[in-house]
Amino acid sequence: MSELGPSGLPVPTPNPNLETQRFWDATAEDRLELPRCDDCDHVVWYPRERCDQCGSTSLTWFEASGRGTVYSCTVTRRIPGSWRAAAPFVLAYVELDEGPRVVTNIVGCDPETVHIGQPVQAVFDPTPDGPALLRFTPA
Amino acid sequence: MPPVTIRGKALIAGAYEHPGRELPDRTLPQIHAEVAAGALADAGLSLSDVDAYYSAGDAPGFGALSMVEYLGLDCSYIDDTETGGSAYLVHAQHAAAAIAAGHVNVALITLAGKPRTGGAGPGGSARFSSAPEASFENQFGMSVPGGYALAAARHMHEFGTTSEQLAEVKVAASTHAQHNPNAFLQDVVTVDEVVSSPMISDPLHRLDCCVITDGGGALVLVSEAVAASLDRHCVPVLGTGTSIKHTSGGRIDLSHTGASRSGPLAFAEAGLTPADIDYVSIYDSFTITVLMTLEDLGFCAKGDGGRFVSDGALQAPGGVLPFNTDGGGLCNNHPANRGGMTKVIEAVRQLRGEAHAAVQVPDCELALAHGTGGSLATRMGSATLVMGRSS
Repeated sequence: MSELGPSGLPVPTPNPNLETQRFWDATAEDRLELPRCDDCDHVVWYPRERCDQCGSTSLTWFEASGRGTVYSCTVTRRIPGSWRAAAPFVLAYVELDEGPRVVTNIVGCDPETVHIGQPVQAVFDPTPDGPALLRFTPA
Repeated sequence: MPPVTIRGKALIAGAYEHPGRELPDRTLPQIHAEVAAGALADAGLSLSDVDAYYSAGDAPGFGALSMVEYLGLDCSYIDDTETGGSAYLVHAQHAAAAIAAGHVNVALITLAGKPRTGGAGPGGSARFSSAPEASFENQFGMSVPGGYALAAARHMHEFGTTSEQLAEVKVAASTHAQHNPNAFLQDVVTVDEVVSSPMISDPLHRLDCCVITDGGGALVLVSEAVAASLDRHCVPVLGTGTSIKHTSGGRIDLSHTGASRSGPLAFAEAGLTPADIDYVSIYDSFTITVLMTLEDLGFCAKGDGGRFVSDGALQAPGGVLPFNTDGGGLCNNHPANRGGMTKVIEAVRQLRGEAHAAVQVPDCELALAHGTGGSLATRMGSATLVMGRSS
């Protein structure tokens, strides 16, 4: 396996683009920034320069709380490829307090204890190239 | 119902499933050609009769453009619609519409793949890694079983579904597969064997997952005029529905599938309801796929899928709703990691009365096939096809 982050999980480098650079720059400073629609207040996930609800291209970035709850989770025990040695690990959707449900991992705890409805807090797992991955740990 | 209906205007004249499950000595185009020849022979037609060709992401190169050349077809109509494993039902819908509009007389749809012996599955990795969502989903150890497990875990949380109930789906499929000499897995399994098989991604065990097989299949759809000239039993397409469900800007709902929209569209076009259906082919990449799809198509109330599949409801021929009598993707075949094609083929067998005698549904008049593509409840293409017996 390639490098591991402080969480103990792989930290594959993301591919920022013109629409998502601000998100990734913020993660490098341990902050979660999200785009909110200026016209309908919808918080858009994944980050992009358009509102999927109303079609507006006017959005403003804001710093989110980093708090959320587990919407669904699974302990992945068998997986081929570069994640094989990381198993068992928790793959999850976390519902952010600001609304979006995001794909992530729950780290810093016994995988067997993670459950739907559990309050969690963002942690930022740095990749070798600067941006950090948005993961969560029990609050 | 749409103002112009396809109801009964297109018929499935040819259906062919490749008997192979491991094909190390064939190229991908060869398998496409073999299934094309098989379906055309089944219909009593030849390659020169085909005027429309349909393929999805499993077709190599330029897709339909490359395959039309390889096969030596002369086409005035092609369609490369890609919705993963459901694509072949979407193709059938598109072919039926093109036939109803008078653009097409003989449509050929093919599927082929070698995920078992040929290395990588379909779908260019470069294409997926450049998707706008890629960096927000692919950095976390997402896997196909993991994605479906997230839907299963949520369904269990909301509705109290159990692993034993999911296992009933596999048990029914295995009961059917014992009669299919081509099935990749032919042993009947019990609920205990399913829930004690190794956990892959909670709550999905190894036996909750479909098989990985080489192979393929093909369909030939024809106009009423062409059907009338053939000796073969042709199966009319009565209703079709497609829906795309996605993550809705992060407001993803993991406990429902796109079948809740594609199903009503297909039933409305056919002028039928779930209670009218004698046999169903339900995409079964995983046991949870079947359970959620049955709910969303309206065969039981939302959340009641676990109870519905218990006590042998899905087992042919005597169950309340016989399903996947070939053994499905869970036991028989999941060629190219795409199960939609074989769903339609077994439904055609049932309507023709050509399923194995042990699983043939008596007086099978109306059948439904449903395809699921992409990842369950996250970013998926759902397609429903309702077919009748006729001729």
